[in-house]
Amino acid sequence: MKPAKFEYFAPTSLAEALELLHEHGDDAKVLAGGQSLMPMINMRLARPKVVADINRIPDLDYISPTPDGGLAIGALTRQRSVEKSTDVKARIPVLAAAMPSIGHFQIRNRGTVGGSISHADPSAELPALCFALDGEFVLSSASNQRVLKPVDFFISHLTTALEPGELLTEIRLPARALAPSEEWRWGFQEVCRRQGDFAMVGAVSLLKLDGGGICQSACITMFGVAGTPVRIRRAEEALLGSRVNGSVLQDVSRIVSEELDPDSDIHASSAYRKEIGGVIARRTLEAAIDRRNGDETA
Amino acid sequence: MTSSYRAVTLPIKLTVNGKEYQSSVEVRKTLADFLRDELDLTGTHLGCEHGVCGACTILFNGDAVRSCLMLAVQADGANLTTVEGLAQEEELHPLQQAFQENHALQCGFCTPGMLMTAYAFLQDTPSPTEEQVKEGISGNICRCTGYAPIIQAILQTSKEPPVRKAGE
Repeated sequence: MKPAKFEYFAPTSLAEALELLHEHGDDAKVLAGGQSLMPMINMRLARPKVVADINRIPDLDYISPTPDGGLAIGALTRQRSVEKSTDVKARIPVLAAAMPSIGHFQIRNRGTVGGSISHADPSAELPALCFALDGEFVLSSASNQRVLKPVDFFISHLTTALEPGELLTEIRLPARALAPSEEWRWGFQEVCRRQGDFAMVGAVSLLKLDGGGICQSACITMFGVAGTPVRIRRAEEALLGSRVNGSVLQDVSRIVSEELDPDSDIHASSAYRKEIGGVIARRTLEAAIDRRNGDETA
Repeated sequence: MTSSYRAVTLPIKLTVNGKEYQSSVEVRKTLADFLRDELDLTGTHLGCEHGVCGACTILFNGDAVRSCLMLAVQADGANLTTVEGLAQEEELHPLQQAFQENHALQCGFCTPGMLMTAYAFLQDTPSPTEEQVKEGISGNICRCTGYAPIIQAILQTSKEPPVRKAGE
């Protein structure tokens, strides 16, 4: 028997789940897809007194188009459902395109959107995508509900603004971020040793060009390089108002490398992450230029 | 299952390879351990026990999952297929046959997970390219046979007539 002893609850409604979390506070761990929590429980790195299994709350599993052209995604929605969703492909293709980079399909069959975001691994894709898309997270508790932006939600490595008793219930990705009519373009890329591994460094770029190819808006988000996803503002400023060509991209690439201050670990040195970060930021921008938001393929 | 409950041991009822089981399980027992220890279905192998190696892959309500990353209690009411559900009595499943013909197993430790992964993969992608097969099995680690014969076996199966559903 690998896991240490715990009490197990399987609430069948959200209200019941929130009541449980209220009652047990810090002692409780939420079990969603289990693809991060179960390894920690099996290795006894996590020894929760109470496991609150939310898998029997079907109300938390949905992908709903919103009137403004965006999406509302229930926290328990499986990553595989997002990957296969035609609504996601049509409305937020960068999200659909990035999904296959999350673990393997067996992981995505169980792993949930809310689980990955709540776990807040700095090299995970979903937190970075929500960060880049400027989404919103709905945090519910027995007595309250609040909405946080990713920048306020992700605090550091595996640490979020979730308080004891709170559950992430919905992820909102607004059209403002990526309405096809606004002709946002996008690129996503990560570097890892093997398919499905956590990213050593990753980039999500969103770009808006006018008819003459002049950059009107840019968002460059890097992940795997700090405790949370980070936007590289200085690189974005270098793009604004310029015609995005080879020499501008060289500058942007250099700025991204300069701005990054990643840690070294067993997977990659800090210097490698800085170097590669600049390279893939440039590549995601090149991909963005070649591709409008409505295009599905890379 | 009704409402929430608080217990160290819970009764569960599930279907595995078409057969119904009822049992009482300790809540901290993983599904993989339950299949092996309680149901004696030892075809499901345990390699890393933290979701990296893929040896414990089974079908959970039709989806390929790591059974080491689920609790047995979570399988209450579920329909599972393990590697034991592939062959029909003495007749190997076409995937198993192809593994044999292509020498896609040596020590056999990763084979149950590879087979269940390949089965689910082919349901989803019936006519894959070699590249797609490689990505499809990227979540399963083999440490002795080498991946080339495994990829060959899966490609061969994909070119054969439609695969019979497992557990039927």
